[in-house]
Amino acid sequence: MKIPVPGLAPEVPLSLPVPVERTLPNGLRVLLTRRPGVPLAEVRLSIPAAHTDLAAADLLASTLFSGTESASMTDIARRLQSVGGALGAGADPDRIAVSGNSLATGLPELLETLGDILKAAEYPDAPFEVERSRIIDGLSVAEQQPDFQVGRVLDARLWGDHPYGHQQPTAAEVAGVERAAVLALHASRIHPAGARLVIVGDIDPDATFAAVEKALGDWNGAGEPRTMEPLPALVTGPLVLVDRPGSVQSAIRVAYPAVERVHPDNAAQHLTNLVFGGYFTSRLVMNLRETKGYGYSPRSRVDHSPAGSSQLAAVDVATEVTALALAEVRAELRGMADNPPAAEELDLARRYALGSIKLATATQAGVANYISVLASAGLELSWLAEHSERLREVTTADIQRVAAEELDPDRAVTVVLGDGALIRDSLAELGEIAAQ
Amino acid sequence: MTVATIPAPAFAIERFRLANGLRVVLAPDPGAPVVGVAVVYDVGMRSEPEGRTGFAHLFEHMMFQGSHNVGKAEHMRHVQSAGGTFNGSTHIDYTDYFNLLPSNGLELALFLEADRMRGPAITEENLANQVSVVKEEIRVNVLNRPYGGFPWIKLPPVMFDTFANSHDGYGAFDDLDAATVDDARSFFDAYYPASNAVLSVAGDFDLAQARDLVERHFGNVEARPAPVHPSFEEPDLTDERRLSYTDERATLPAVAAAWRVPDPVTELDAFLPYVVLGELLTDGDASRLVERLVHGDRSATAVAAHCTFMSEPFASRGPTVMLVQAFLPPGTAVDAVLGTVDEELARVASGVDEEELDRVKARVAAQLLRGDDSVMGRSRRLATAEIFHGDAAMSTRFAGLLGEVTAESVAQAAAALTPRRRAVLEVVPGGAQ
Repeated sequence: MKIPVPGLAPEVPLSLPVPVERTLPNGLRVLLTRRPGVPLAEVRLSIPAAHTDLAAADLLASTLFSGTESASMTDIARRLQSVGGALGAGADPDRIAVSGNSLATGLPELLETLGDILKAAEYPDAPFEVERSRIIDGLSVAEQQPDFQVGRVLDARLWGDHPYGHQQPTAAEVAGVERAAVLALHASRIHPAGARLVIVGDIDPDATFAAVEKALGDWNGAGEPRTMEPLPALVTGPLVLVDRPGSVQSAIRVAYPAVERVHPDNAAQHLTNLVFGGYFTSRLVMNLRETKGYGYSPRSRVDHSPAGSSQLAAVDVATEVTALALAEVRAELRGMADNPPAAEELDLARRYALGSIKLATATQAGVANYISVLASAGLELSWLAEHSERLREVTTADIQRVAAEELDPDRAVTVVLGDGALIRDSLAELGEIAAQ
Repeated sequence: MTVATIPAPAFAIERFRLANGLRVVLAPDPGAPVVGVAVVYDVGMRSEPEGRTGFAHLFEHMMFQGSHNVGKAEHMRHVQSAGGTFNGSTHIDYTDYFNLLPSNGLELALFLEADRMRGPAITEENLANQVSVVKEEIRVNVLNRPYGGFPWIKLPPVMFDTFANSHDGYGAFDDLDAATVDDARSFFDAYYPASNAVLSVAGDFDLAQARDLVERHFGNVEARPAPVHPSFEEPDLTDERRLSYTDERATLPAVAAAWRVPDPVTELDAFLPYVVLGELLTDGDASRLVERLVHGDRSATAVAAHCTFMSEPFASRGPTVMLVQAFLPPGTAVDAVLGTVDEELARVASGVDEEELDRVKARVAAQLLRGDDSVMGRSRRLATAEIFHGDAAMSTRFAGLLGEVTAESVAQAAAALTPRRRAVLEVVPGGAQ
C-alpha cells in the first residue's frame, strides 16, 4: 500500500532584512545589514571599472594586497588573519571587486586594513612579478579546461568587439602589463565615487558605519567615470565547432536572448528558464540526464549583467552522442513554445523559484551577494519581494509567449567544443558548421 | 597585534536515538525561515567490494531513483516543488544526503528520507541510466581535464597497499558496467540500516513538533543490526615511495607529498596539531610555504596543505594523511621544491611562536563558523560529528579544541613529517608548454 506524500505546512512569508544605507561625503555608498547567526561579518566592495585594460585590472586585483608604503604583503596578511579575516579581489569587464569576511569583532580591523590598501597600495616590484607569472601559469592550465576554452570562443562569438567579447586576457596581454600601468589604473579608477560597500553579519549598523567612516572617510581622488555600452543583439549563424583533439566529451553551449531584470517579462522568463533547464526537475535534465544518460549536468541559466542579459543552455556529453544531444537540446528549446507547460508544470517551477529566494537570502554570505548583485542593476534587496509577487502572477500563456520570443533554436548561437574528427560529420547533418 | 578571541556558535543541540537505532540530532535556530535536513550513512568508498570500485558513489545516485512510495525523479520533484534544493555526496568514510527547504517543507523532507531509508527502488533500466550519468561525471571531473584526480585518486595507491585504502573511489568503467541490481541490494542490506545512520535537522522548526515528526516517519523503519566496521589499518611507511605520471593536458609540473597522521577519531588530540600545521603552512600570504615557495623562491605557483584526502579532518577515520601539494612554474624541479618543504618543516619543528599560532587559530575558527552560516552546512556537520565522534555537539567544539593546540605539539607534528615516511606523487606536464 502506498503511503501518501505529506503536504506542506502553511507557507512562511519571505522576510528580508532592510539594509541601512548611507553615503560618505566622498561618494562611497554604504549598505549595512544586521543579520545575526554566526558571529561573522561579510564584506563586498564594488568599484566601477568599465573600459579598463582587462589584463591590467586582473593584475591590480591580484596584487592589491601586496604592500603599502608602511606595510609589507606579509604584514597585511597577518593583520587580517589575526581577526580571523581574509580579503580577495577580482576584476571583470564592469568592476573591480573586493570581498572577504572576518570575525564580527574583527570587522573594524579588517576595514582599517582595507582602507590602508585602497588609499596606499604600492604594488611593489617583487610581488608584482610573482603575481604576473602566477596569472600566466594559471591561464596555461585554464586554457586546457573545456569550459574555459568554449567560454572564451562563445564570448567572442556573441559579443564581438564589445568588452564582454573578451573577458579573459591572454598570457601575452598579461605579460605586457608593467607595474606603472597598474599604478596608473589604481590612480584613475580606485575611487569611492560610484563605489559601493556592502556589509552583512552579526553587526551593529551604527557602530559599523562609524568604523567605515574612520577607515574609508579619507579615501579619495577623482576618477574618470566611464559607462559600459549595452550588449549588441545576438546574431545567429552557423554552429561554431572548436576542435579539441582527444577530447572524451563535447561541450555543447547554446546561447539565446533574454530581457533584463526590470523588463515586464522578467518573471515569466525566470520561470520559462526553470521549466526548460534551470533546475533538476526541468525538461532538459529529465531528458538528457535521467532518460538518456547523455550528460551529468545539463543546465540552462539566465545571465543578467550590467550591460545586458542573455541565456545559455550547456551540457558536456560523451563524444559519440554529441549530435544526438545537441538535437535534443534544440528540440527541448523549440518544445517550450510548441508544447508549453501545463498549470502543474508551471506551478512546480513557481514554487521552486519562490523557495529559492528564501534559501538564497538565509545566510549572511547570501544576503551580502544578493544586495551587491541587485545594487549593480540599480535595484534594492526589497526587489526580491516584488519579484516574488510577480512570479505568482505568471500564466502558462506568458510562458508560451516568452518561449516563442526567446527560446528559438533557429535564432540561437551554438558553439560545440570536442574532438572535431569524430563529431564533425554527425554535427554537419544538423546544419551548417563554421570551424573555429 | 591583538588576536581575536574565538567565539562559539549559539544554537541548542538535542540528541536521541529511536528504537531502530537511528541517531537523531535536532538543532533549532529561528534565524531564517529555512531548514536543513541531512542523513549521513556510515559507509564510504573504503567499504566498497573488490571488483566494484565506485560502487558507493553509484549507489548514492541510485538512492535518488525512487523508493517504496516515491517514483523515479520524484524525490527531486517533491523537494523542488517545496522550494527546496537537495544533493548527495560520497566520501571516503561516509555518504550524505541533504536537503535545504523553506521551513514549511520539514515534514516532506523527513518523509522522503525515511522512505528511501526503507530501500531504493532499483531496476535494470535506472541502474544502466545512472551508470551512464556517473561515467559522464567522471569524464567531466577526471578524464577530460588537466590534473583530473590529482591527488585524491592518484595518490592513495602510492601511499597504501590494501584495496580498501588504495582504490579509485570514483570507479573504473569496467567495474561500473559490471554493477548489478543484486549488488545494490547487498550493499543496501549491509550498510544502510537505520542503525548505521544519523538524521540531523537544523534551522527554523519547533523542537517538540520535530521530535513527533521524526518518530512518525522514521519510527517504523525496520530495525536491523549495524555493520561492524573493520579496521582499515596498515603499517606506516618506512621508506619513501614515489610515482610519477604524465598528464597530457597538464601544463605545469605538480607534486603532492603525503604522510600518515594519527587517527582523526581515536587519536584526536594527537591529530589536531596536524590540522593547525596545515593552516600554518599554507593559509594565506603570511603562511610559511606560501611566503617561501610562492613569494620567496618562486618555486611554486600555488601550494596547499591539508589533512585527509578530501580535506575534511572532522569527518574521516584512519588511516589517513596530511598532504602538501604544489603546482610549479614550467621547468621547476620537483625535488628542489620537496627539499624546501623539508627545510620549512624543520624550521617549524624548531619552534613556533605564540603570536603566529594565535592568528592561524583565529582564521581557522572563522572558517569553521562560516561553515555554520548555512543551516544545510550546519546539519551536515552535526551529522558527521555524531557519526565519527559520537556527539553532534563536537562540531561546535572543534574550533575551541584547535585553540588549545600548543606550539610544542605543532612543532612535534612537523618533526614527524620526514622524507622516509612520505609518499610522493609527481605530475609531468604533457600539455602545451
